[in-house]
Amino acid sequence: MEIKAGSRLACPECSTELVVVKPPSAPVALTCSGVAIVEATADRPGGGHGDAAGDGALVGKRYADEETGLEVLCAKPGPGTLAADGRVIEIKGAKPLPSSD
Amino acid sequence: MNLSLLLEMASSASDERIAVVSGDVALSAIDLDAAARRVAARFLEMGATGVVYCGTNDVSFPIALFAASYAGIPFIPLNYRLGAEQLQPLVEANAGAVVVAEVMPVIGAGAAMTVDRRDLLNESFAATSDVELPGFVDPEDVAVLLYTSGTSGTPKAAILRHRHLTAYVIGTVEFAGAEPEQAALVTVPPYHIAGMANLLSNLYAGRRIVYLDAFDAEVWIDTVRREGVTQAMVVPTMLARVVTHLDGSPADVPTLRTLSYGGARMPLPVLEQALELFAGTGFVNAYGLTETSSTIALLGPDDHAAAFAGDPVAKVRLGSVGKVLPGIEVEVRDEHGAVLPVGEPGLVFLRGEQVSGEYDAGSVVDEAGWFPTRDRGWIDTDDYLFIEGRADDTIIRGGENIAPAEIEDVLVRHPAVDSACVVGLPNEEWGQSIAAAVVLSAGRTTTVDELQAYCREHLRGSKTPETIVFRAELPHTPTGKLLRREVLADLAG
Repeated sequence: MEIKAGSRLACPECSTELVVVKPPSAPVALTCSGVAIVEATADRPGGGHGDAAGDGALVGKRYADEETGLEVLCAKPGPGTLAADGRVIEIKGAKPLPSSD
Repeated sequence: MNLSLLLEMASSASDERIAVVSGDVALSAIDLDAAARRVAARFLEMGATGVVYCGTNDVSFPIALFAASYAGIPFIPLNYRLGAEQLQPLVEANAGAVVVAEVMPVIGAGAAMTVDRRDLLNESFAATSDVELPGFVDPEDVAVLLYTSGTSGTPKAAILRHRHLTAYVIGTVEFAGAEPEQAALVTVPPYHIAGMANLLSNLYAGRRIVYLDAFDAEVWIDTVRREGVTQAMVVPTMLARVVTHLDGSPADVPTLRTLSYGGARMPLPVLEQALELFAGTGFVNAYGLTETSSTIALLGPDDHAAAFAGDPVAKVRLGSVGKVLPGIEVEVRDEHGAVLPVGEPGLVFLRGEQVSGEYDAGSVVDEAGWFPTRDRGWIDTDDYLFIEGRADDTIIRGGENIAPAEIEDVLVRHPAVDSACVVGLPNEEWGQSIAAAVVLSAGRTTTVDELQAYCREHLRGSKTPETIVFRAELPHTPTGKLLRREVLADLAG
């Protein structure tokens, strides 16, 4: 599956939905608790992850893989853990700013 | 990322809290999302290639904006109060777009493609056939065409793509980070980049947006109190009017946590009075341009508080725009493109994901991604960015570069001066001579000699205006930018 900027992705087994902010520099296997992420429009059986540990994917957080530059934004939360080629990808730190708007 | 996805996320996180209010209309993010999809389908059915928005800042603005995004077509907000001769070419430049109007008819728009903005709220304004929304909107697509205020000539259309605006929002705003009682009061119009940024960031933060059309100082204060407003953004002319209206009495707005200002240079006397009258409110100076998807630098509440408490360094920095946002890079260069060291004034260049730098006539961003702002400024040893003004407005007198703002800042400190505009007049001996148009404070008088002596006392002699004239008022754009070219024409004439 090609991961291009703006495309909507989802975990077939849990509720996690993602939007690609920056595509990876090279093809990468994006997974959610070990399950391959699919296009959001694809078939999603939704069986869940048997042993989901950790914080899961948090809505509104950006997850970035330093190695490939892949960055996704979590559009819908889910219990799964995101990984790129098996590397767990972490929340990209955002410093809260005073509201200017 | 695209704009409609920001709304989709806001609606999925929404607990039915109100997202936007104007007058007696209040919509949750879920309502807004449903309305935007309904309107998008109708726009596509009409064959619209864009959405021109010629209306006030109320709930029909977000409906039209997100409808454009759902339909995958650009949104083009215009100032509906412009005269026909200014509005018509802008409407005609966007032929094929549906025109959402405050007042009908709109000169230059066909009747079949004109819609009353109030109709967007109507459930019956929907597609009559099966219309499918595109679903995928490319982040490279044009999200918004914004006409820059054109203080130096004909308006140019700045192009903001979905990726620019969403980079600003997801990079600076915590999703659903606002507490339920928070509310933002928005008085800047939809055709101002701050109006656009306000909508997107407050919606994404989950903060209720209260729209107020036609700014009035008393109504603004009353609205802050009545709606329990916690955040507000004003342009300097609005804050000046609020300060005048308060006439020395405290603002008495206990809910207001943050008051941010930007869009033009803030006169320090106005800011200092405001800091005194709005005790308990944190002040934020936001600097940005249309071409940079709004704010790229901030001077925060702590810096303002330190200056108000008398810290000498902070007092100097009150004249700065603070530090650039994470993800934004800044360089100050000389006329030949060489990067200048800390402290030296020159041309300000910016780079970052939210920076577009593209116009309908093409991009001005260089190969390395740097955008020339055409603002002059400098950076101090702790990375505070000072903006002197537009490079085009710099006066060159006898080979010396003089920023009009430096002289204006001195003039407005004189007790008899309300506001001032300094321009360069053609001069055979010096290249340019310095001239000032001055508006006196109510009930005060002074003389040209006195003001010149005052300038000489606070500035070098070479920066003292040779010509000073008194005027009843200075010309501004509707969003508070000083129209220097009109003052120049007046003084040169």
